[in-house]
Amino acid sequence: MKVKVLCRNPDDYVRETTRDIQRVPRNYDPTLHPFEVPREYTRALNATKLERVFAKPFVASLDGHRDGISCITKHAKSLSTIISGACDGEVKVWNLTKQECLRTVQAHEGFVRGICSRFCGTSFFTVGDDKTIKQWNMEAPGYGVREEPINTILGKAVFTGIDHHQREGTFVTCGQTVDIWDEQRSSPIRSFSWGVDSFSCVRYNPVETELLASCASDRSIVLYDTRESAPLRKVIMQLRSNTLCWNPMEAYYFTCANEDYNLYTYDIRNLDVPVNVHMDHVSAVLDVDYSPTGREFVSASFDKTVRIFPKNQNHSREVYHTKRMQHVICVRWSADNKYVLSGSDEMNIRLWKANASEKLGLLSAREKAAANYNKKLIEKFQHHPQVKRIARHRHVPRDVLKQKRELQEMKEARRRKEQNVRKHSKPGSVPLLTEKEKHVVAVVE
Amino acid sequence: MVKPSSLQKTLSKGAKLTSAMAVESGEEDDLSINEQAISASEDEEGSDDERKHKKLLEAISSMGGRKRKKQNERSEASVQVSEFFVNAEGTGEKINLSDLLGTVEKTSGASNKTKKQLRNLQNSKGTLALPLNKQETEKIQRGIAYEKTTKEVSCWQNIIVQNRKAEQIVFPLNQESSGPKRVEQVVAGWKAQTPLEQEIFRLLRINSQPVNDPVLTAVEEASLKAMSLEEAKIRRSELQKTRALQSYYEAKAKREKNIKSKKYRRIQKKAKHKEFLKQFEEMVKTNPEGALEELKKMELSRMQERMSLKHQNSGKWAKSKAIMAKYDDSARKAMQEQLQMNKDLTQKIVVLSDDEHESNEEGLETVPDFVNNPEPVIDPVNPWMRGQLTHEEPEVSCVTTEEPQTAEQENEEEELIGEFERKRNLRQADEEDLIPTEEQKPESEVVEDDVVEVSDKEEEEEDEEEEDVSEFNTLFRLMRSEKTLEGPNQKSQGLNTPEREGEEGLLNEGPIRVRNIEDLEVLPEDVDPQPIAAPSLPQTAVGEATSEPPNKKRREIDLKEVLTKDARVVKVPFLPKVVEEEDHDEQISIIKEAFAGDDVISDFIKDKRKQEAAGKPKVVDLTLPGWGEWGGVGLKPSRWKRKRFRIKMAPSPPRQDRKLPDTIISENRSTSIASHQVSQLPFPFQNTAQFESCIRTPIGQTWNTQGVVKKMTKPKVITNLGAIIEPMVKEDFIKNKTTTSAGKGPAIMLGENKRANKGRKWSSAKHRGRRGSQKRKKQQTSVTA
Repeated sequence: MKVKVLCRNPDDYVRETTRDIQRVPRNYDPTLHPFEVPREYTRALNATKLERVFAKPFVASLDGHRDGISCITKHAKSLSTIISGACDGEVKVWNLTKQECLRTVQAHEGFVRGICSRFCGTSFFTVGDDKTIKQWNMEAPGYGVREEPINTILGKAVFTGIDHHQREGTFVTCGQTVDIWDEQRSSPIRSFSWGVDSFSCVRYNPVETELLASCASDRSIVLYDTRESAPLRKVIMQLRSNTLCWNPMEAYYFTCANEDYNLYTYDIRNLDVPVNVHMDHVSAVLDVDYSPTGREFVSASFDKTVRIFPKNQNHSREVYHTKRMQHVICVRWSADNKYVLSGSDEMNIRLWKANASEKLGLLSAREKAAANYNKKLIEKFQHHPQVKRIARHRHVPRDVLKQKRELQEMKEARRRKEQNVRKHSKPGSVPLLTEKEKHVVAVVE
Repeated sequence: MVKPSSLQKTLSKGAKLTSAMAVESGEEDDLSINEQAISASEDEEGSDDERKHKKLLEAISSMGGRKRKKQNERSEASVQVSEFFVNAEGTGEKINLSDLLGTVEKTSGASNKTKKQLRNLQNSKGTLALPLNKQETEKIQRGIAYEKTTKEVSCWQNIIVQNRKAEQIVFPLNQESSGPKRVEQVVAGWKAQTPLEQEIFRLLRINSQPVNDPVLTAVEEASLKAMSLEEAKIRRSELQKTRALQSYYEAKAKREKNIKSKKYRRIQKKAKHKEFLKQFEEMVKTNPEGALEELKKMELSRMQERMSLKHQNSGKWAKSKAIMAKYDDSARKAMQEQLQMNKDLTQKIVVLSDDEHESNEEGLETVPDFVNNPEPVIDPVNPWMRGQLTHEEPEVSCVTTEEPQTAEQENEEEELIGEFERKRNLRQADEEDLIPTEEQKPESEVVEDDVVEVSDKEEEEEDEEEEDVSEFNTLFRLMRSEKTLEGPNQKSQGLNTPEREGEEGLLNEGPIRVRNIEDLEVLPEDVDPQPIAAPSLPQTAVGEATSEPPNKKRREIDLKEVLTKDARVVKVPFLPKVVEEEDHDEQISIIKEAFAGDDVISDFIKDKRKQEAAGKPKVVDLTLPGWGEWGGVGLKPSRWKRKRFRIKMAPSPPRQDRKLPDTIISENRSTSIASHQVSQLPFPFQNTAQFESCIRTPIGQTWNTQGVVKKMTKPKVITNLGAIIEPMVKEDFIKNKTTTSAGKGPAIMLGENKRANKGRKWSSAKHRGRRGSQKRKKQQTSVTA
């Protein structure tokens, strides 16, 4: 005989602690919860709105420099330390958590053109207009001791940029030529030149550590391999590229910031056509830096804005600006993928959140779950017009807006003209060029 | 003042040019010209006119011809006078290749091959091609280097693609395992300094021993790495279990060993014998050699038996028993048993020949087939159902008014029922999974009841839905059914047979219908059992065909009649449920009272018809009165004109609610909602169905269980708070790339080799693992710092 007993397991309804939320048994039968799509849509809309409401990206401003910031670098091992160089030759080491300057060094006469931190974080290098490379200890000297570089190398010409190898004691500078230096030596162990133009930026590939790329003032980007005797290849664009940055997670991609208001992502295996053209800036792009996850990059522009682009999209997902921020000269993405640093003409370094509406600090599990759900909802309903409208809305300064409209008009006019030319010329004589193909002039072997 | 400066400029320019040219190289003539020009300009500065003139002339002359070379030629003293007092005669003469090669012929060291090659070279008349100029060679070099680099870089492609496709990726990629670390990992630049230390470490390294005490050997580490914590736990529990089982078994064996009961032993022996026989049969099939051995053993025992006469009546015990046998039944039995034993033992075992063996095997094989086959056919789930079914069958058949059923068909039915039952169980199990508190339904219900129950359940569910959606619908239906019943009552009586028929159809269709309405997950599973019942499939199909159409037909008819005829004339039977009616009797009467005056249904139908009419395309009349004929009040345009200028539009697509009598579906686009709707198909989707299905699946906690929500909402990229995300390290990801800085490593290489090994293993396994990349870096810092 079967005996049926009503039984209640306290585990099903009793909380473990009084701090727990009440347990609510749920029946997931879909008939009991109708209208799931409209309800989720409402939630998505609310999430989108809240995201915009909470989008307060500006965290802090670090002031103390007495001239425009010309370069910033991250400490290789410490998240809270950054080093910045200004146009008056001053270098400052900052603590981000306290938002204060730890140390000030008069490093060069004239501009500090480039800074890079050694991979171990024990020292950093600066180059300046006074034709010197200086290596500085990361730790401040004792009280009353003068700030002096560990090492000073006097070069023949002005150095415009510097970058350090990811794992070895070599670094690279650029100026008239691209020079590779050993830390122990006072003369370059190798120098590359191709033509007579000067270079504005050189960067080591963080993954394929023997690869180099540099931007030359003859509108070209040159690739090098330190194991080879000659440069690899050169791609000439319509306008000059100011800086470039390698993708730290995808070895063969780099993005360059161009004078023609655009950024270009290249695959080094195929330099004929850029993989992506990132358009949105309305003035020359001055600096670019990848997020450490390699999914996005941030760019600084002369139009006084900082923009964040997904690496595979043509338009930015975010634009940062403040009233007081002038031309942004340098920008860096923090190594924990949480913040963006921008240094601008008006002597301030600004700290931004990389994700504007993200809540900072430690999140509880429920907060995390809610955030994830909201993110997913927005992603799910991203194509719905209302959601799209709200999510895409950004406020930009009037100048930028005006200029954007103007550019659009120009572009349209150009397109129309080209169309007309094509219409009135022999078929096939005016080829149709995609946006990607337009900007590369030549690839030189 | 201007002049010298400009001159200087030109000068510097010239110098630059020359240097540039030197770099570029190639056209040496141009270069020389330039040089000359510069020198000329330089000399203008001087006051000496004569000299200037001379220089100019020289320059001009050098421009013209090939004299230049002569000018530049130096006279060497060594030509005439040797430095070493050796007579340098014949210096002016040209040296031939043969002069040089002549000595080679004589030397014994040179191999024949080279000699031959040299001879060939001597004989050949052709001149060698000029080497490529510098630019060309550089270009080629660059091309080669570029190719090499791109090839090397391309090895990242797989990893990049994988990372892009990954549903979730956690940064930093190589997370260090937490926990205590070794001294060498923490202290960067420690080296073995004294010779003694070095010697010790060398020895340790050679023998691949740990360098300091807490550190494990390579083997130990590998074994640690081989098993994760969970695995280890599982393994441990397994071992525990086996140990416990073993101890139980031992205890049991001990206990059994101590039993002194003879009866028990006897039984045990018999059982053992039986077991042995069974095993032997098995063995014959699987392991004939072993079986032969066993056979031999048996033969041996037989021989022993025959020799010993143990079980014959010659023993002491046997004799006593023989005496007792006259009076005692049990003794007689024992005697007989013994004799039987003897017979059994002494019986000669027939050794089977091969074909016999096979035939026997075949028999063995066929028997299980024969035994097994009908069982799943009758009922795969519960064997006791068989009896009930046979009981049930006549009832079912008496209900059906169809053709007489053969036994096969019965079988089919049973099969279907079984399938149905199984599916139901499956679903129940699923439901139990979801809602553990739900009461399990007793399985011993009668099949017919089951079917009815299911149908009831469905209908109830439908009802529920309808109630959920709108109360109006239920009321409407109740009213309607009430109305139909109000009419001819005998109609419902007459309805009985078709209803039964429907039930019959249900019985046959059961699984299919269930499949259609709910349980879409079971659908692919359902396809499989069909081929098993392949031979009987046509018949079932026929059955379905015969049973289905009336069902459908009936439905359509009633719908049509509802649509076309007046509400009062509707006499078409719906499927009223008597039980429900009884429940709602009161309610109905109340509603009837409340809405006594107005005829809601007819109003509704009128409304619907109006909407339909509005939706139909209208004829566009483009006739203009007065054109081509007289126009005015009371004059109609001619027929010809009307025919010509009235345009009939194409019929609109069928309405969605044409088969739903009690609903009006508006197909107009509502502007208030339109602003919230997606107008174009977004990019990654290929058709609207895809997009809709994507939107339709809810992801929230209201509709999904916790686990599912967690899975669905997991972010694509996870970063740890406060962790530095380093760029990828090649050694971690690319397999056959050995460490480049091995030569520069620290004095103690204990980490190095292991790392290489680990790297290989790890990269083959997965990209996201936990490895100490930090360690390596620290070691390298020690080198350079």
